[in-house]
Amino acid sequence: MSLLREKLENSSDRVFTAEFPSIDGGGMASVARDAARLAPWFDAVNATDNPAAHAHTSNTTTAIAMQMHGLEPIMQIVCRDKNRLAIQSDLMGGALHGIENISLLTGDDVTAGDEPEARRVFDIDSTQAINITRIMMTGKYLSGRKINPAPNFYIGAVENAAAPPFDYRIERALKKHRAGASFLQLQICYHPDRLEAFCKGVAKIAPDLKLIPTVVLLKGSKALGFMNEKVAGIDVPKDTFARVASATDQAKEAYDLTLELAQHALSLPGVRGLHVTDFRHDDSLNNFMNDLGLKPRN
Amino acid sequence: MLKKLLPFVEHAIKKPVWDCRMCGQCVLHSTGMTCPMTCPKTLRNGPCGGVRENGNCEVIPDMQCVWAKAYDRKESLPMPAVWKEHFNELRPPVDMRLQGSSSWINLITKRDQQTPAGWSIQDGAH
Ligand code: SF4
Repeated sequence: MSLLREKLENSSDRVFTAEFPSIDGGGMASVARDAARLAPWFDAVNATDNPAAHAHTSNTTTAIAMQMHGLEPIMQIVCRDKNRLAIQSDLMGGALHGIENISLLTGDDVTAGDEPEARRVFDIDSTQAINITRIMMTGKYLSGRKINPAPNFYIGAVENAAAPPFDYRIERALKKHRAGASFLQLQICYHPDRLEAFCKGVAKIAPDLKLIPTVVLLKGSKALGFMNEKVAGIDVPKDTFARVASATDQAKEAYDLTLELAQHALSLPGVRGLHVTDFRHDDSLNNFMNDLGLKPRN
Repeated sequence: MLKKLLPFVEHAIKKPVWDCRMCGQCVLHSTGMTCPMTCPKTLRNGPCGGVRENGNCEVIPDMQCVWAKAYDRKESLPMPAVWKEHFNELRPPVDMRLQGSSSWINLITKRDQQTPAGWSIQDGAH
């Protein structure tokens, strides 16, 4: 059983997840370096699938490389680049290598990336992909053809509590849960009130759906402004932006903001941990984890 | 003959009102009378995470997100209660072979309800 599943299903411990940096060359040496940096703090780390519609080393091979370096992967599968056949073969490829944690998501549009002229696939959507993964766990492909023995997955998904239509976000999370998702990693959210309404709404109906909100460590208002303008589905309220932009020590203010958001998120019903994205690449990750009361693993 | 003619008639009626894409498996009644095939990502089970703060589409900034519109309409348009109940049903993957055929014929022949042999839905996930 994956560590992530073990912790989420059989304990009340908090879990912490992160994003593995995209691999563009650098070989296994770079994988080893990043794995060593993340391993002390995180239970499982996302092996991304062409994030923000940019081509990188594939999801499956990244997940395998992470595993070779002692890091438990959550293999993401995005619906933008692959049709239903390719998605099922990603899943089988992962299963062949003992990868259990899977996260299925829609994905940014091709126009968000550096090859906007590409064909977008979206043959199936994320909820259908979740359901197909669950079906494969019963020992068959979507076509009905047998898989023997059936693969063993721990299925996750993603939801954005901060994007409209807000009430519908709760219903959609529940729909993904009914389709087979056991945990949800939530998109970055700078509206604590929206996150709170979402978590309460979900926890009331599906208390066993594990919620993992995302927080981001960043250096200051420039990065915050970039996310607000360039990243689909992320809105930074004016006051929040002004608070960081007008601070004499922006790096400190941005850090304090993230810590506050993290503590608030962890206090919400249904929330079982945090997904931490680090855009600072300094020593603040260690401080941040310490400030949340965590000790590094050996 | 009818099989040839009906797609034209259906398209002529549905295109101006719903911007119909002739997927051949019409789900309009369960999606607030908003066609999910006009979503640039052709999502049939709800909005992506990229919906803008003003409710517009990630991909086409001056278009309202299809699912934001569908949800609004589901709440506000008068329609049978059962249609509203179907809003959150798990819609199966599109059968690409039906593209361009008449969903009216496919409805009558129940062809539009055929799903791949392995497709199933968990109890309660209707
Ligand atoms: S924002 Fe809405 S219409 Fe646009 S791609 Fe996402 S779900 Fe489709």
